[in-house]
Amino acid sequence: MPTITGRSAVDELPSADGRPPLEADTATTGRLGDRIFGGLAMGSGILVITLVALVGLFLVAQAVPSLLNNNANFLTSREWVPSGADPRFGIVDLLWATIITSILAMLIAVPLGVAVALFITQYAPQWLSKPAATLVDLLAAVPSIVYGFWGLKIAGDYFKPVAEATSSVLGWIPFFRWDGTPSAKSTLAFAGIILAVMILPIVTAISREVFAQVPITHKEGALALGATKWEMIRVAVLPFGKPGIISAAMLGLGRALGETLAVTLLLSALNTSDAFSFSVFGGGETFASRIANDAGEFDSAQKTGAYIAAGLVLFILTFIVNAAARVVIERRKAFSE
Amino acid sequence: MSTLSTADEAVATRTVASDAFGRKSGARAVKDQLARALMWGAFLVALIPLVWILGATIVKGGHMLVDADWWGKSQAGITARREGGGAVHAIQGTLIQAGVTALISVPIGVLTAVYLVEYGRGRLAKAVSFMVDILTGIPSIVAALFIYALWVTTLGFQRVGFAVCLALTMLMIPTVVRSTEEMLKLVPNELREAAYALGVPKWKTIMKVVIPTSFSGIITGVLLGLARVMGETAPLIILGPYTAVIATNLFGGLMPTLPTMIYQNYSEANQPAIDRTWGAALTLILIIFLLNLLGRFAGRFSKVKS
Repeated sequence: MPTITGRSAVDELPSADGRPPLEADTATTGRLGDRIFGGLAMGSGILVITLVALVGLFLVAQAVPSLLNNNANFLTSREWVPSGADPRFGIVDLLWATIITSILAMLIAVPLGVAVALFITQYAPQWLSKPAATLVDLLAAVPSIVYGFWGLKIAGDYFKPVAEATSSVLGWIPFFRWDGTPSAKSTLAFAGIILAVMILPIVTAISREVFAQVPITHKEGALALGATKWEMIRVAVLPFGKPGIISAAMLGLGRALGETLAVTLLLSALNTSDAFSFSVFGGGETFASRIANDAGEFDSAQKTGAYIAAGLVLFILTFIVNAAARVVIERRKAFSE
Repeated sequence: MSTLSTADEAVATRTVASDAFGRKSGARAVKDQLARALMWGAFLVALIPLVWILGATIVKGGHMLVDADWWGKSQAGITARREGGGAVHAIQGTLIQAGVTALISVPIGVLTAVYLVEYGRGRLAKAVSFMVDILTGIPSIVAALFIYALWVTTLGFQRVGFAVCLALTMLMIPTVVRSTEEMLKLVPNELREAAYALGVPKWKTIMKVVIPTSFSGIITGVLLGLARVMGETAPLIILGPYTAVIATNLFGGLMPTLPTMIYQNYSEANQPAIDRTWGAALTLILIIFLLNLLGRFAGRFSKVKS
C-alpha cells in the first residue's frame, strides 16, 4: 500500500540474510539513562512535527486578518496594494510567473538531467563516472544569489539574441511574443533557464540513483537479445527508472517554485495597468521574488499579512508537489522487488 | 556495475542477429551512436554553467581576495564609489550564523534520526518521517516568513542574527536527519545485538556503538547540510539586514553576511562596488566548496559502507 511517508525504522524489511527486522524496542531497559535518552529522541521527533504544524498555523493566523480586509479578490486580482484604507491585493500575476518559470525550468532540466544521469551511470568510462557526478553536484553548491548575479551581469547578455530569434520566428504565437521590453534578462523565459540550471543537480542525483539500481539481469538480458546499448537503455533502464524520473521532476519543480534570490535579481515588477501578457518573454514577479523584493516594507500587520498570505499559497503549492513526488516514490518501492 | 560496463560494451558493439531486435541494421547502429553522442553532449552542456560561473567569479573577483585588506578590514565608511575595505565583517557574520545554526540543528537532527531508526515504530514515526519530508520541501522564503511571523510579529523582537539562525535551522534539520538516518541504517544489527548480549543498555549502545560507528558519515551530512544553508539568502533578506561594519552580536543590531553583502551591492553601477560583489560571491563559493570537500573527505573515513 503506498503511503506518503518516507518510511524509516529500518524500513521493517528483513535483512539480507532473511532475519526479521530488529525489534530493538524490546532491548530498552527501564533504567533512567534509557528513559532520558529515549525521551530526548522522541522529543526531537515531536519537535519536528510541532515545527511544521506551527509553520502552517502561524502563516494562516497572520494571513487571515489581512485577507478579510482585502477588498479585491485574492485569487483573481492583479492589483497589489496591501496596505492603506483600501487594501486590494491578488496573486494571479505572481501565480502565473511562478508556475510558468518553474514549468519552463522543469521542461529544460528534466530531459537534460536524465541524459546526464544516463551518461554518469551507463556511458561514462569508469574513471570519469564519480568525478562527473561530483561536478554536477557542485552546481547545487553555488548559492542562489550568485546564480542571479551571474545571470544579471553576464549570462543575460547572451540570451538577447536567443530571445530575438525565437520571437521573430514564433512571435505570431502570443506565448512567444516579445517587443523588446522587458530586457531579455528580465524575462520569465530567462529566469526559467537559470532555474533549470539550479534544479539540474537534484534531478540528476535522483535519476542517477534509480538508474544505478536497475537490475543487472535486465540489462544483460536486453544485451543478450542483441540490443544496442541505446536499445538496452530504452527497454530496460528507462522503464525501470520511470517512477524515479517522475519524482525527480516533481522534486525539481518544488525546488523551482520556491527559489528566491536568483529570480529576485532578474525579474522586476510589472505595472498592473499593463495588459496581462501570456508571453514567456514577458516580465513579472514570482511569489518568492515579490516577498523578497518588498522585505524591507513589512511595517504594518495588514501589509505583512498580505505577503504572508502569498507565502502561504507558495507553501501549499510546494507541499502538494512534494507530497505527489513522495507518493510516486513510494509506489516504486512497492513494485521494485 | 564496473565489471559489467566493459562486458556490455563488448556485447553491444558485436553485430548479433537476434529475434527480438532484428539484424543490427545501419539505422540501429546510427541511432545507438547518436544516443551516445547526445549523452556526452548533455554532460558537457551541464558543465558549461559550472565552469562559466566559477570562471567569471574568479576572473572578476579574484583580485579582491589576494588583497590582505579583504581578510582584515570591514566596509566601514567606504562608499560604493571608493575602493578599499574588506569583507571580514561579512565573513565573520556568515561563519557565526552558520556555527550557531549547526549548534541548534545538529542535536535535534541527530536525535530525530536516532528516534526514526532506533526507536520509532508505528504512527508517530510515520508522522515524523513525513514531516521531515515536508520540511525538506519548504522554500527558504517560507521558513523566513514563519520566523518573521513568530519572532517579529508575535514576540515583538527586532530583526537580529539569531532569528536568521532559527530560519536556517529549519532548513538544516531535514538534511541532517536524512543523512544521519542513512548512516545509522548502515550500522550492522550484529553490533547492536552484541552490545545487548553483553547487557549494555540501549542508550549506551546507541551512544557508544551505533553513533561512533557512523560518526564520519554523520559529519559528512552535517557539513553538506551546513554548506547548503550558508548560501541561503532569502532568510537573511527578511530577517538579517546588512551593515557595513563588524557586528558580532546575534541578539541585537544588524549583522552583515556575505549573501547580504552581495544583495546590498548587486545593483550598484560603480566599479568598486561591482568588484566587491564579485569578491563576496567568490569568497562565499570558496567557503561552501571547502565545506563540501571537507564533507566528502570525512566520508572516506566511514567505517560503514553503503
